[in-house]
Amino acid sequence: MGKHNTPMLDELEKGPWPSFVSDIKQQVENGKQILKDAPEDLLGVMELSYDDKVTHWKHGGIVGVFGYGGGIIGRYCDQPKMFPGVAHFHTVRVNQPSSKFYTAKYLRSLCDLWERHGSGLTNMHGSTGDIVFLGTTTDHLEPLFFEMTHELNQDLGGSGSNLRTPSACLGQSRCEFACYDTQEACDNMTHQYQDELHRPAFPYKFKFKFDGCPNGCVASIARSDMSVIGTWRDDIRIDQAAVKAYVGGEFAPNAGAYSGRDWGKFDIQKEVIDLCPTGCMCWDGSKLEINNKECVRCMHCLNVMPRALRKGLETGASVLFGAKAPILEGAQMSTLTVPFLPMESPFSELKELIEKVWDWWMEEGKNRERLGELIQRKSFQEFLRVIELGPDPRMVDEPRSNPYIFWKEEEVEGGWTRDIDAFRAKHQR
Amino acid sequence: MPYDPSEPLKDRITDIGPRHYGEFLPPVIKKNKGKWLYHEITQPGVLVHVAESGDKIFSVRVGGCRLMSIEHIREICDIADKYCGGYLRFTTRNNIEFLLEDESKLKPLIVDLKSRKFAGGSNKFPIGGTGAGVTNIVHTQGWAHCHTPAIDASGVVKAVMDGIYDQFGSMKLPAPVRVSLACCLNMCGAVHCSDIAILGIHRKPPMVDAEWIDKLCELPLAIAACPTGAIKPAKTADGKKSLEVNAERCMFCGNCYTMCAAMPLADELGSGIAILVGGKLSNRISKPKFSKVVIPFIPNEPPRWPSTVAAVKNILDVYAKDARKYERLGDWAERIGWERFFEKTNIPFTHHLIDDYRFAYTTWRQSTQFKF
Repeated sequence: MGKHNTPMLDELEKGPWPSFVSDIKQQVENGKQILKDAPEDLLGVMELSYDDKVTHWKHGGIVGVFGYGGGIIGRYCDQPKMFPGVAHFHTVRVNQPSSKFYTAKYLRSLCDLWERHGSGLTNMHGSTGDIVFLGTTTDHLEPLFFEMTHELNQDLGGSGSNLRTPSACLGQSRCEFACYDTQEACDNMTHQYQDELHRPAFPYKFKFKFDGCPNGCVASIARSDMSVIGTWRDDIRIDQAAVKAYVGGEFAPNAGAYSGRDWGKFDIQKEVIDLCPTGCMCWDGSKLEINNKECVRCMHCLNVMPRALRKGLETGASVLFGAKAPILEGAQMSTLTVPFLPMESPFSELKELIEKVWDWWMEEGKNRERLGELIQRKSFQEFLRVIELGPDPRMVDEPRSNPYIFWKEEEVEGGWTRDIDAFRAKHQR
Repeated sequence: MPYDPSEPLKDRITDIGPRHYGEFLPPVIKKNKGKWLYHEITQPGVLVHVAESGDKIFSVRVGGCRLMSIEHIREICDIADKYCGGYLRFTTRNNIEFLLEDESKLKPLIVDLKSRKFAGGSNKFPIGGTGAGVTNIVHTQGWAHCHTPAIDASGVVKAVMDGIYDQFGSMKLPAPVRVSLACCLNMCGAVHCSDIAILGIHRKPPMVDAEWIDKLCELPLAIAACPTGAIKPAKTADGKKSLEVNAERCMFCGNCYTMCAAMPLADELGSGIAILVGGKLSNRISKPKFSKVVIPFIPNEPPRWPSTVAAVKNILDVYAKDARKYERLGDWAERIGWERFFEKTNIPFTHHLIDDYRFAYTTWRQSTQFKF
């Protein structure tokens, strides 16, 4: 088959893991996409990169749909004559529904749309969470957007210095650990901030991610400027009979997650009590006790014995700010800022908070400065003043070890203005 | 009424956002949302969630390629229609989950999924990705679509997943192992908190396309983009405005190239892979951690990157043998000490691995506690 010889890529058809090369080839053979040559020429340009070990894609130009400054990424091949089918190969980000549940009917309608207007290739999903339509030409963008909005009631996602497409773990839809409705929070906040998502007004990108519990399945603490992580502040609910059932071997510990190896009989002392990071649990052979005041909600005991231990009932979220990948000052994780925030729809407290943060960042942030870098440059104290929050020892791992405190004049008795003559009257020069 | 190119703004619809998730939830999930009691992984890749009402939902998780054709998506839809009433979801890590209410369809679904192969012979729907095993590798675009990569993404992922395939379909590791790949340090796929991170890096400073740079770029932006101040204004012999790079100060981040297309730095010999290990996102037992660089460079070896695959397998094997139950890779390395990590994995410790950037001092050892 094929107009390009791809001996290197063909090597990637071997082996048990699904082969993207075989998949693209099946699109080449059977696909009815409007950009007929795109999949084949994509294989061709990739083979060329496999030969010379360097990419053949150029910087994107300014392409998009009218009125939006994001959602489409321009992409051009640096060998357009060799691979005309992908000479212009722009990406379309399609905002996924919260936590990526689909019906076959809806996915098919997306496939049909992309067949009419693009390469027939996608990413399911992009790193930030969007459905990514991979590769089309500029003339298809407006018709695609028109049909997507009119027929599919579906909008684009974010790119550039915008709010990026928010994402969420599956939360309460199918998880017993979820402390708030991550799907609703994600959907509500996405709709609330459509203008920020589509029209660049920020110094750089900004990401929200919604994790339902401290297990962090959607990686918010590492990957979002604002990380909203579910938590509770009352007591873990204990079913003592179920604890005994775990100890007695009736229930599989860890919901079976470690069952591929013989780790020996479940030992509650060794596997739960001794591994608790704060040592706040004890087991006397018949009763499990938790000193909840000392619990840091690491989730280990709940993960090990999900049928015996349940999160508390007074639930909400911890809000952390400032995570980002290494460019430029080094990678950062988000810093705990609001230990507990109620998370009931319509999420007014969260909206009030984020709008204060954005106002400050848009005022003070330099071009391409992420929020986490701005907080470091201006200080965490300054950040707290902006969001009108008092200091709390929960925000730090430890107090500062250097004594270089930037005292404010109003904090110092008598202020800073002094009379040198009065000083000299007592102290000779 | 179809799109009318002569009136592009007529009847325009904007800012409608994503579809509401509620349209796509299976009935049993709608009914029991927020009322799930517990779950169990009955076999690798197969989960049952039980609600307070006693209702159950079964999920079968299969690995997917993030780069996916619509032909393949349609096949996924056909399977969902046949066994799942049309309901499915994708996970954060590029897996697909088929969702069933009817337990009697579970076995036939599994048999069907296992039987489906691509023409080239690979499995279309490997079942697994749960519990104490390796789940799917999250990754970026690489040579398939990106202008700044140091490496390919999909091909490296395919080669590595073939190499550790057994760990995807089993749960015999001491803890979950999350492998991630980013094809440059922009990290669209933020890999900096992964148990094992495969990261594309450059090692040659950018070239300056002096004839064109003033036409293609805002020179002050390129200068400002350099975190080490290594770029300064220059003039060509015939007086054109250009830039000059102080190569000794370059840390190969590629930020200048992001701002200026006339400063390419990818190179056949210069670009390749760094391996980082020991990061985690979860708060379970220990706090979230960054991944640490343990192998500074492996050359690009398309099409199957054998040295990279071997390096990942080696780290995984040593960890699997040596770590205690519940110890994530980073927890294990911290308990035994990084000196032991390098000894046990037989990875050479070179000067590249000692930090000399912003927070360097915080990673040096201020103690006499070490192991001989």
